[in-house]
Amino acid sequence: MTIDPADRRPEARPDNQDPALFGQTPSQTVGPFFHYGLPWKGGADLVGRSDMGARPELMPEAHYVLNLSSPSGTPGGEVIELTGRVLDGQGAAVPDAMIEIWQANAAGRYRSMDDARDDVPLDPHFVGFGRAATDEDGRYRFRTIMPGRVPGPGNGLQAPHLAVSIFARGLLKRLATRIYFDGAEGNDTDPVLGCVPADRRATLIARRDAAGVWSLDIVLQGAHETAMFDL
Amino acid sequence: MIGYAKDDAGAPPLLVPDYRSTVIRAPQHPPIAIPPTLTETTGPGGCWDRLMGSALADLTKQHEAEPLGQRVIVAGRVLNEQGRAVPDTVMEIWQANAAGRYIHAKDQWDAPHDPNFTGAGRVVTDAEGRYRFVTVRPGAYPWGNHRNAWRPAHIHLSLLGPAFATRLVTQLYFPDDPLIEIDPIANAVPMPYRQRLVARLDMDVTEPNWALGYRFDVVLKGRDQTPFEEDDHDH
Repeated sequence: MTIDPADRRPEARPDNQDPALFGQTPSQTVGPFFHYGLPWKGGADLVGRSDMGARPELMPEAHYVLNLSSPSGTPGGEVIELTGRVLDGQGAAVPDAMIEIWQANAAGRYRSMDDARDDVPLDPHFVGFGRAATDEDGRYRFRTIMPGRVPGPGNGLQAPHLAVSIFARGLLKRLATRIYFDGAEGNDTDPVLGCVPADRRATLIARRDAAGVWSLDIVLQGAHETAMFDL
Repeated sequence: MIGYAKDDAGAPPLLVPDYRSTVIRAPQHPPIAIPPTLTETTGPGGCWDRLMGSALADLTKQHEAEPLGQRVIVAGRVLNEQGRAVPDTVMEIWQANAAGRYIHAKDQWDAPHDPNFTGAGRVVTDAEGRYRFVTVRPGAYPWGNHRNAWRPAHIHLSLLGPAFATRLVTQLYFPDDPLIEIDPIANAVPMPYRQRLVARLDMDVTEPNWALGYRFDVVLKGRDQTPFEEDDHDH
């Protein structure tokens, strides 16, 4: 019996569709050339209408096909600027990193179906997700809102914090960390900060440089390496 | 609070000396285990257009004319590791053109640019977790990792999934590309799991007289089956 050529199929290979291999898709590096595909203008400005976050100088203008900042209004809460440099194991700037943040609004509510606490208000003008490419000095910069406190394990509240993802050439997986704020209420009892050895906690705590301006370097490797989390 | 699963056996290590950039960029301390909280189990679902902009699923229709190269369809589903669909989640892609050149100021290889091809797109999965892109097959290209180093043809994928914990950036490879087995980046993933990154030529995705189709499912972390043991329980 012959099979009609139109119905023939290549023999199955051990590949993405092999049921015997089903499981988490392995991570791969973001590489050095993501700028025309990921960090959009305004991605790092969670408050206003600036172009923060993108590197449009790295592509011809006709090939900028990413989003433009489109805030719907001004979110409530204290506006803060957060900046720092991403550094490698030799102390050199990482000019091709991408930083993402995820955070609660000023009232301590995540804009997510999985945060079902109706007693804490959403802010129609705040999503809480941001993305920034580092510049040639390895510097990232966000403008956002000081997050409120959200519940932790048990009945406690976590200290104000941002969840942070780090991507770069040479990073085969997303690195996950957090940024806390020096002097904030709850830092001493925070259940996640408490998992970090005491001598490394400072790597997660941003310093207040001026009113509303906070800074924290992210060190990928070495003596002052930023504490990363196993997610 | 049920968190998300950890990396499975297919995850690459951070330090892979054959991939030179890892040597000064990979953290040396092991990552620290933390209890899952709302921070890790939430994510910006339903805000994709507002964040990334409207869908851009056909990379061959972004400029005045069609790009050069072989038109291909890449389609599949986004699932969690329990096999359930992940609907309404964003997938962003970027890639080199058919000659293997990126539209990026720092890609200095002298293969030609294509004025009709940018190579960036994004879609949101439907209720069954399905996605579909139309693009051109990217070319292989040389890189500076070692003498005569060439990356296999690949498409970069970026997904957020339902939560901060499910974030994934990866690369799709094409079947029967002998460069995969000598590429330090693909080889960071141990066998047989590396094969999860190889798409399948699929005659049901292929459209007659128009474009070859490749099927590629993305499997994100699912909820943990064994809840985190908290040492501060009050019983």
